[in-house]
Amino acid sequence: MIATPKPDLVTVNIDGKEIAVPKGTNVIEAARLVNVDVPHYCYHPKLSVVGNCRMCLIEMGMPAVDPATKAPIIDPATGKQKINWIPRPQIGCGTNVSPGLHVKTTSPMVKDAREGVMEFLLINHPLDCPICDQAGECKLQEQSTGYGRGYSRFIEQKNVKPKRTQLGPRVVLDDERCILCSRCIRFSKEVAKDDVLGFIDRGSYSTLTCYPGKELKNNYSLNTVDICPVGALTSTDFRFKMRVWFLKQTNSIDTETSVGANTVVWSREGVIYRITPRRNDAVNDTWMADSGRVLYKQVQAADRLTAVQINGNDSALDIAVNTAAELFKAAPGAVAVVGSGRSSVEEQFLTKQLAAALKAPVALVSRVGEGDGLLVSADRNPNVRGALVTGLIAALPSSQLTGLAADIDAGKVRVVVAVNEDLSAAGLTAAQLAKVSVIYLGTHRHATSDAAKVVIPTLTVFEKSGTFVNQQFRLQKFLKAIPGPVGATDDLTALARLVAAAGGSTVAGDLTGVWKALAAAVPALGAVTFANLPETGLLLDAAPFAALPFAEGETLHYRPAAATT
Amino acid sequence: MPAPEQRRIIFQHIDEPGYSNDLACYVRHGGYEVLKKAVTRPPAELIDEVKKSGLRGRGGAGFPCGVKWGLVDRKSGKPIYLIVNADESEPGTFKDRYIIHQDPHQLIEGTMISCFANNVQQAYIYIRGEFPHGARILEKALAEARAAGFVGKNICGTNYSCDIFVHRGAGAYICGEETGLIESLEGKRANPRIKPPYFPAVLGLYQCPTIVNNVETLCHVKYIAEHGGEAFAKIGTPNNTGTRIFCVSGHVQRPGYYEFPAGTITMGQLLYEVCGGPLPGRKFKAVIPGGSSAKILRFGERFKGKRKVGADLVDYDWGVEDVPMDFDSLAMIGTMGGSGGVIVMDDSVNMVEALANINAFYSHESCGQCTPCREGSLWMKKITTRMVHGQARAEDAALLKGVADQIPGRTICAFGEACSWPTQSFLAKFGDEFKQYPETKKTKAADSRALV
Repeated sequence: MIATPKPDLVTVNIDGKEIAVPKGTNVIEAARLVNVDVPHYCYHPKLSVVGNCRMCLIEMGMPAVDPATKAPIIDPATGKQKINWIPRPQIGCGTNVSPGLHVKTTSPMVKDAREGVMEFLLINHPLDCPICDQAGECKLQEQSTGYGRGYSRFIEQKNVKPKRTQLGPRVVLDDERCILCSRCIRFSKEVAKDDVLGFIDRGSYSTLTCYPGKELKNNYSLNTVDICPVGALTSTDFRFKMRVWFLKQTNSIDTETSVGANTVVWSREGVIYRITPRRNDAVNDTWMADSGRVLYKQVQAADRLTAVQINGNDSALDIAVNTAAELFKAAPGAVAVVGSGRSSVEEQFLTKQLAAALKAPVALVSRVGEGDGLLVSADRNPNVRGALVTGLIAALPSSQLTGLAADIDAGKVRVVVAVNEDLSAAGLTAAQLAKVSVIYLGTHRHATSDAAKVVIPTLTVFEKSGTFVNQQFRLQKFLKAIPGPVGATDDLTALARLVAAAGGSTVAGDLTGVWKALAAAVPALGAVTFANLPETGLLLDAAPFAALPFAEGETLHYRPAAATT
Repeated sequence: MPAPEQRRIIFQHIDEPGYSNDLACYVRHGGYEVLKKAVTRPPAELIDEVKKSGLRGRGGAGFPCGVKWGLVDRKSGKPIYLIVNADESEPGTFKDRYIIHQDPHQLIEGTMISCFANNVQQAYIYIRGEFPHGARILEKALAEARAAGFVGKNICGTNYSCDIFVHRGAGAYICGEETGLIESLEGKRANPRIKPPYFPAVLGLYQCPTIVNNVETLCHVKYIAEHGGEAFAKIGTPNNTGTRIFCVSGHVQRPGYYEFPAGTITMGQLLYEVCGGPLPGRKFKAVIPGGSSAKILRFGERFKGKRKVGADLVDYDWGVEDVPMDFDSLAMIGTMGGSGGVIVMDDSVNMVEALANINAFYSHESCGQCTPCREGSLWMKKITTRMVHGQARAEDAALLKGVADQIPGRTICAFGEACSWPTQSFLAKFGDEFKQYPETKKTKAADSRALV
């Protein structure tokens, strides 16, 4: 490990409060550290600074020194060093701290500047908050409560601009609401590297649009909706569906790849309406891929499994567990377990205990696609590293279950426990599936669940809590956003019951209990409890696995070990 | 006191019968002799001459040229660019186009000397989009100069090489703002850059140190290289050295361009004696002294205060006619010398309508980047247009002032000042006229022309 060098600290004074901040911090961020809010629209911590909205204008000054001797000039009235205040307000976003910088964010000049900008922003704005999706999370609404006039001096006609431009398959633009902050343009150019947005026309008639013949259709297009401070850019998927203030926010993790982008799941009364990224500067900054935002649709998919089944007939969990126990008993030493890189760390730990109780070999199925270098990594399993950390597997999985297939053909395996994996997709033929009794735990229907003797429906990532280990070996937790469907069993409960059915020692089937066992069994997790796991995750030691040929290439905040050597 | 004689340095050959804009004519009149001598001198010496001359930029801001050159980052190892700002767009200004049209080689020579002084290997002439003819003339002149060895490789037989390219502007006022110009030259929208960090002297064109000088400024450099900085400093008055070109337009008998030693002529001398006074039967009402963004002056108002003459502070009590036409005096009375575009209005002008015209221009030319200028300029335009063409209200005067006061000092570039100063000053000087406008309209002649 390379120790992070101690950053050069600079002491600044913000509204009378002294604070030491790292060199290069801008005034907005410095003020945030002393809980002083500097309103802004165009500034975004992860984008370049353009300083065009002028909302963050604040008063600044530097300690006075004698030009000749460089000796401080003392103000006789206060006995302190005199401050030379700059007569014009300065932008907080574009001003980096310098030693001794003094900032006033509440002076009359600042208030006047903010109120002026606020009024200007609203004169040509349609003020259609009652039908606007951004209402409730709109910076224009928020700041106008603080700096708005309360009545309008504007009696002229407002500018007319295009109202519903489909910028791409997932993003709709209302140009009249746009305040021309250019965040979306900068995002497309700087982060998504897909420079398709720009302004046409001039002055107040400036209009956001796509370049002719281009579309905003890259896999990150919905981030522009997230960072739009007003309701100009809206998501085609979420538009007109729900008022944001009705929605409950639950922290979660994007499961589409091993990046493990931090997310927020927005739900109401058991229904998820959208997924947005959650800031984690070490993982995904403030971004996530569009593909991860539609994953909630699996919750209410038509092929969702919602009833315990035995031989295709609806049954109950107790009966299913008993049937499994009988199958285990009838085939001693001939059981195989297929775990999953999509299961949580806790589930993988119980899967391991199940395999141990059955003395069964464990296989995982790998899913490798192409990484995009940003937030979609090559490994499409969110938690292969969890399986390594818990010891469920020791080597990286392959995409085909060839070993299991051979064992079935040789008659060495007669029962297969499949945890959320479609065995036929992993290379088993229908004939091979027919030869064995499959006990399937999973969320959705497919060839394997159809062929299974015992089916126990389980929960999607949105319906349970747990942890994943991402490509950086960062342990990150996700929380239950909505209850699971009637008929589905929590994965941990189901696995714990199966461990018991396999004759193993009694294991806890709840999160707290599993974590107690995990801490005892896995030294790397010795000090961790689910409750004390930070929101930003916990970096585990990757060294024991450094020799493994992981599939991931470079992505945001991740460089594969191979690339550094 | 009679007006001083014109002293034409820059406009020496403008409108001279028989003088053409080709190289042969320029050389016949001693052209490129200064460049030939300059390239044999140490560049630092030339920079020193410019510093000694006290030359102030003629584009509008009046920033000392020597200081500007002194700020250039010469240690970065990056190439240094020089850009000739020929985007003459300030309404009321028409000096650079005459240099370009009638004496382009003077500009090229001045540019080459400045390039040599600053070790520039590549220069651009950013010419206003609406000057296609000027661009063609410059292209032709550059080709001639290149063929003659004054531009391009091995200038005048030395090891020094520097080429000049003509770039036609994007047809927008804001392209004349130096950082907007740089963006435009890079092929982008001319959105001015934030300073800090993008000072042209450090992070200019292609993030390299860049000098942006006005056409007239560079022509002065040629004169300075020829006669020395001290000789130049003797022309005009201290801190306002050299000559100034005044482009007088509007309601005078003889509008046109006039070149005088800076600070030696007063507004009254210029308008009454040089330009022949008001049209028959009219009286001067107001004058904008430095391009339409400069604050307007009302004939009849008095300016009092103390000013420095030599080492002493002297009381002054000026009417508009008494103001010396130099940067400092005009700044003292709350306006500016700007680009030298003097716009004269007589008593036939209604100030609300005049302002409506100015506001229409600035709202059309705002780049749209910063909120106050983008929204404020259009709002002011909408108000004044409504006053003229629709319903005028007595309270509009206060509203206009309220809007204008929210703009200057809060934007990235000086356009915020440019678009709000006219409204602020019109209101300050002619507020009564704005308040009475609803009444004025009722008695307006039916055949009075509609505004654009």
